[in-house]
Amino acid sequence: MEIFAVAENTRGELNQVSFELLNLANLLKGAGKSNALVLGKNVHLFAEQLVKYADRVLAIEDVSFENYDPEIYSEAILQVVGRDKPALVLIANSIAGAELAPCLAVKLGAPVQTDVINVEISDGIRISKYICQGKVMFEAKLRESEFYILSIRQGVFINGPEVRGNIKAISTKPSIAPRRKFIKYIEPEIKEVDISKEDILITVGRGLKDSSNIVIAEELAKLLGGVIAGTRPTIDYGWLSKDRQVGTSGKMVTPKLYVGLGISGASQHVMGMKDSELIIAINKDPMAPIFEVAEYGIIGDIFEIVPKVIGKLRQLKS
Amino acid sequence: MNIVVLVKHAFAPERWLRLGTNGKSFEKKSLVYEMNEWDRYAFEEAIKIKEQKGAHVVAVSVGKDCDETLRRCLALGADRAIKIPYDLMDSWQIAEAIHMSIKSEKLDLVLAGYQSQDLNNVLVGPILAGMLSLSFAIAVISIEFEDEWVRVKRELEGGFQEEIRLPIPCLLAVQTGINQPRYASIKGVLRARTKEIQESPVTLKPSTLEIEKLYFPVVKKAKRIEGSAEEVSSRLIELLKDRGIL
Repeated sequence: MEIFAVAENTRGELNQVSFELLNLANLLKGAGKSNALVLGKNVHLFAEQLVKYADRVLAIEDVSFENYDPEIYSEAILQVVGRDKPALVLIANSIAGAELAPCLAVKLGAPVQTDVINVEISDGIRISKYICQGKVMFEAKLRESEFYILSIRQGVFINGPEVRGNIKAISTKPSIAPRRKFIKYIEPEIKEVDISKEDILITVGRGLKDSSNIVIAEELAKLLGGVIAGTRPTIDYGWLSKDRQVGTSGKMVTPKLYVGLGISGASQHVMGMKDSELIIAINKDPMAPIFEVAEYGIIGDIFEIVPKVIGKLRQLKS
Repeated sequence: MNIVVLVKHAFAPERWLRLGTNGKSFEKKSLVYEMNEWDRYAFEEAIKIKEQKGAHVVAVSVGKDCDETLRRCLALGADRAIKIPYDLMDSWQIAEAIHMSIKSEKLDLVLAGYQSQDLNNVLVGPILAGMLSLSFAIAVISIEFEDEWVRVKRELEGGFQEEIRLPIPCLLAVQTGINQPRYASIKGVLRARTKEIQESPVTLKPSTLEIEKLYFPVVKKAKRIEGSAEEVSSRLIELLKDRGIL
């Protein structure tokens, strides 16, 4: 089967996930080829990096692809992918990919699945993915089709062989007029504390129940010489400011110590903290996915345990 | 302005879950259902637009037992509620059912939540946009109207945001935090009781997938620290000492 990996570049840089998609493409291609597809205003440097891991790089260069637009991008991909059948198109499970995958799928009438962590091709296509915020594994066989679209979780297929194929420049212009107009990027605000540079993070989740309980996390952080951070809901509820958010839409953190208080471990949070050195999680729910990335797990009530820890730390300090 | 809001009566994944004996479904009785978290924000956005500019708001839900969520929307100010009475797990099939049900509706804006809290596919909104040939954007965190356009901010990775403009009509899938969803007033709840939920049966198209297996991943890496709060906190202190943090 022909496998197409749609490379992703943002703000002038090729994203690592592009190589992960190619690693998967090389695993799945069988007698077919691994193709990298790269679109943009200026992509030949990206094509040279990608070709190390692809049988063929299709470089689509045009000023109209300068800013990502799911409709324009999928229209261009359609012109290239539509020629070889059957074909599987791999897209990053990113914010851009989450728009591109379904947009392309509707144009191709192709089955589409997102955030996939494993793909098998034998007597059809089977996929595995997490659902229920990481609590349940979902395995399904896709309906037989000429095309399949899958968005792939980042950080899964990090290793793969070198291939060294060739680069083919394709000149194509979008056949449709853009409807969506890019205005600008907005950079994250810079505050005094940068949680991605701290050694000790006490991170709170919904299990903290109320903003008035932040004080216990703050006290623990103070005694341990760290700072507090939070999951997405704690930012949405206004308990903490946006710069304290850990996760794909916030900050990626790798502290020496991460303590999670009342955090269930939704995948977008876990992606942002799983590489921390020592992860300790306290949560009531024994099935919480945070326990899969934690080195130590305490199943219990944070309101009983944390005050005791604070008491003991105070004794130690005095 | 005519607004259609997609709302899901979804189960709470953080609660206890049980799988059906066939290993391919959930035991529905074991699940606790509520209005999908992301859709609360989408619906609040619709109500805010209705208050500010005037709008006719239609809430649409797919599910045999989604009445409670549709009633909640009626209580919060939806003008109409449409129920598409099927329990479906395939996003494509869901989008197709909604498409068939609403394609004759007048619409300027379709609002959806970024994802469902139970299945997390992030698909129904964008697929529906494709089927309706609408311009769309996901992960929307602010919406402003400018004549025939909406100016929106989208949340990207790493704290970055993107500002874009889309023509009306369009579909926007909103992120949590875009607003503060309100609670229904008692008056609203009472009013909603007498309002009609319009059932909209459609001829379902085949599913794009066949579920083979659902299971709880067994690999649990964490070493458990067990005992009373007193014991657990002592072990925690020892651990932090061993690892050189204290």
